[in-house]
Amino acid sequence: MDAVSIKNLGKKYGSLKALSEVSMTIAEGAFFALLGPNGAGKSTLINILAGLTRATSGAAAVLGYDVRRQWRKSRYKLGVVPQELAYDPFFTVREMLTLQSGYFGLGAENRPWLDQLIAALGLEDKVDSTMNHLSGGMKRRVLIAQALVHRPPVVILDEPTAGVDVALRLKLWEFIRGLNRKGHTIILTTHYLEEAESMCEKIAILDRGRVVALAPKDELLRRYTWRQLRLQLTPESAVVLPSALEQKKEAAPQGELLLRLHREQDPIGEVLAALDQSGIKFSDLRIHEPGLTEVYTELTEAGNHV
Amino acid sequence: MFNLYGLYILFAREVWRFLKVSIQTILTPVITVLLYLLIFSSIISGSREMLPGVNYLTFLIPGLMVMAMLQNAFANSSSSLFQARMNGNVVFILLSPISDFEFYLAFVGASVVRGVLVGFGVWLAACFFALVPIRHPFYALILAFFCCGSLGALGLVSAIIADKWDHISAFQNFVIVPFSFLSGVFFSISDLPLFWQKASFYNPFFYFVDGFRYTCLGVSEVSVLTSLSVGAGFFVLSSFWALWLLHRGYNLRS
Repeated sequence: MDAVSIKNLGKKYGSLKALSEVSMTIAEGAFFALLGPNGAGKSTLINILAGLTRATSGAAAVLGYDVRRQWRKSRYKLGVVPQELAYDPFFTVREMLTLQSGYFGLGAENRPWLDQLIAALGLEDKVDSTMNHLSGGMKRRVLIAQALVHRPPVVILDEPTAGVDVALRLKLWEFIRGLNRKGHTIILTTHYLEEAESMCEKIAILDRGRVVALAPKDELLRRYTWRQLRLQLTPESAVVLPSALEQKKEAAPQGELLLRLHREQDPIGEVLAALDQSGIKFSDLRIHEPGLTEVYTELTEAGNHV
Repeated sequence: MFNLYGLYILFAREVWRFLKVSIQTILTPVITVLLYLLIFSSIISGSREMLPGVNYLTFLIPGLMVMAMLQNAFANSSSSLFQARMNGNVVFILLSPISDFEFYLAFVGASVVRGVLVGFGVWLAACFFALVPIRHPFYALILAFFCCGSLGALGLVSAIIADKWDHISAFQNFVIVPFSFLSGVFFSISDLPLFWQKASFYNPFFYFVDGFRYTCLGVSEVSVLTSLSVGAGFFVLSSFWALWLLHRGYNLRS
């Protein structure tokens, strides 16, 4: 059973196509990243899964339950941490969590789980405060707790680390990784690509409402075939490159040389030998392997040049 | 499948919300009515007969109860839902397994509770001025239910349609307040010029006021059964309006 399955999903707002023909499946237990620039349709997709937005065409299901026809069951299976720090100004943290758990039909029997959540997210000191007295980071933690009151097997986090300091960000990721280890499927959106790269196994990239990439992370990273060689030249070094390497020169800032090399067609050994022959001497060398940032930039900007 | 516990908790949340700010939601409307009574009892001679055997103050009190119920039932659902929409925290209800109908029941239920509490508060406060009996408590409860239920549903409608607080207060001040002032709370419609007398029959609030006056005093301008039927009809209509908007997800689920 897939945690999430989406078929030909489309959403129009008037003449604006927020999503067109989006299809993907997310396996149970996956750690999945949904990336894309602002306005790419990530939040629309999440809102359709959560039942906050209704798709114009296509279908989506959470653990096999259609989000429209079997909405009640699909909502029991899904926990959503929204992007905005929205909160109920009338109630304290504990009251909010108790109410939210009640909306899912859970009463006093769920209290131990709520206490566990409060402890795991470090909210013990804040349970009797109302949200307007909490810092941004604390509010974020409460929202995460609120999304988990009914122990949803599938958890969606819409930019969980936006505006969160480094220490808390690390803690949150540790907490989310822990959820994933316990078997929860995690789907997240983020603009911090390093985070997605270090944590997620599978990545989808949306751009202007379409899926432009959907692959395991390693496969996606392999698609970008260039790497960068940066040499720190010594003062006595020659400066004229052999013609074969001249075309690969990316830049030559003072005392340095940057070459853009193809991962398979330009073996580093051969390149270094060629440099040595033409009298280029260097004191230091660094190779920059491409990351998700390069792949992402290429895919989401590809159409912008037209 | 019916999420009965979820419905109960959402209803409890709505009641709890207004109780947390009860000075504003219960005490203030009761004090307002007390001020009306103080003013009217001091400037109008109590001996004038409005209906056979009913002096002005006694005539006034059931109407003021209804007016307080109407306005507070409306205020409860409209301000609660609109505030949740503006804050964005309405999504926590919308993404939980609570149906449109359960949503409607919880909000309207809480409106009825607030309306009835305020109505009862007004009755208690009014005891200082005149002891108004409630001769037909069963009819009184049914009418209060239709009255608060209709206005609770209309509160949902306006909270869904509105785009800013201004719209809510416009609906309150240009629809609810004029219709309740012109419903015969302060005067008997038989004292009105013919045109306004006829127009009053198209004001649903008139039936709530007149019917409620009957349940208290046993006298009224139209039959209590007419008032009950119009009240029921108005309740059904406003409920359908609210449920239809919820079903369409208008302004709630894009």
